[in-house]
Amino acid sequence: MTETPLMPSANEAGSFKMFRAMVGIGIACALAIVATYQLTLPVITANKAEALEKAIFNVLPGAATRVNYRWNGRRFEKISPDIHGRDVIYVGLDKDNQLIGIAVEAGGQGFQDAIQLLYGFDPYKQHIVGFQVLESRETPGLGDKIDKDAAFKANFNALDARLNDESTRLAHPIVTVKHGAKTHPWEVDAITGATISSKAVGVILNNSVQYWAPLIHQHLDELKE
Amino acid sequence: MQQKSPGKLQQFFHFPEGDGLATDEFIKGLWRENPVLVQVLGMCPTLAVTNSATNAIAMGLATLFVLVMSNVLVSSLRKVIPKQVRIATYILIIATFVTVADYVIQAISLEVHKALGAFIALIVVNCIILGRAEAFASKNTVWKSLMDGLGMGIGFTFALLLLGTVREILGNGTLFGFPFFPDSFQEWVIMILPGGGFFTLAFWLLFFNGMKARKKDNHTEVHPEKESVEEVYV
Repeated sequence: MTETPLMPSANEAGSFKMFRAMVGIGIACALAIVATYQLTLPVITANKAEALEKAIFNVLPGAATRVNYRWNGRRFEKISPDIHGRDVIYVGLDKDNQLIGIAVEAGGQGFQDAIQLLYGFDPYKQHIVGFQVLESRETPGLGDKIDKDAAFKANFNALDARLNDESTRLAHPIVTVKHGAKTHPWEVDAITGATISSKAVGVILNNSVQYWAPLIHQHLDELKE
Repeated sequence: MQQKSPGKLQQFFHFPEGDGLATDEFIKGLWRENPVLVQVLGMCPTLAVTNSATNAIAMGLATLFVLVMSNVLVSSLRKVIPKQVRIATYILIIATFVTVADYVIQAISLEVHKALGAFIALIVVNCIILGRAEAFASKNTVWKSLMDGLGMGIGFTFALLLLGTVREILGNGTLFGFPFFPDSFQEWVIMILPGGGFFTLAFWLLFFNGMKARKKDNHTEVHPEKESVEEVYV
């Protein structure tokens, strides 16, 4: 029969030291992360709001002010300009308070992670008139060209997003085609070396416009008010 | 006569009586033991984010910050951390500083944060940082570890900048976003693709090893009695 030791063994003492070191450093690290998050959150939020504000006027050339609207399932309701999100649209007005375009946030899966983007929509001509990436983790130098390549961005100067005769969906879905193969105004010319990211932009835009364009068309008078 | 004992802060840093300025620890990372060009460590960010000079500098500085801070903390806690859990603890410390760097970069510039994409988070697994924590900071004083981290971090940034400059100039026709060639220049797209990273790294390794071999030959001519590389360089 073995005797039970009265004193803790060397291993137990070692375990306590390991536990103490891991827990102590873990708590200190958690506190450091929380403190940094709390300190930087107001600045990051302000940076994002400023970037969004710039992006709205960037994708709506000629807009002087904007009004935010949210779709409540039946109609568009005017909301505070500080409220943002994927269910919010930004109506751009010119100096005479006339509606000149609508900026819409959209998102979806890219090559590495989710892509968040903003596009401008002209409800009269039913065209996409501008495009900017808000957030992406696409490969630097390749996928991130969706926000830098001037030729790619030129796709969105007047991208066809006309509705069908019943005004229920797009007459021609927005699709991304191989670089140099664009023949129709609703096609997006891809970037060489960043085909997956280019296609992701086409899919995100198509899904978003298919949803918003019919709603905007049916409730355009509400938005003009 | 009784000698004045060093203060607590002086004992902690071992500076200047213990280690002096530890300039050798700083300089070795810049050149003799450069993490990229000599040790060939941290190849993932080296090849992935060096397609532009701006990205290279941003990644270099973020890594420098994490390297210096983790070296200092690991060295400060070296007597408290049991060896059985040292790697897990180092990773915890490194991940914390990477998260801090991630938030700070977002606060300073969303553009830079957007440009570096997922690679900021991947600094955690950059083997230079864990390597310095394990091989150096866990065995040396805080001051020496600080100098080591600074030297290695600046050496890493320098190497990334070398790659980023060449790749951006040839692959994009620009340097720091400004046009470098006339409009008629046809960009070598391969240079900003992953293959271009390997080509450029190979070019710089060839260049620096060539220089080293030349220096060695010169030394051997001057000191023919010293045969080995170590003898020549030590």
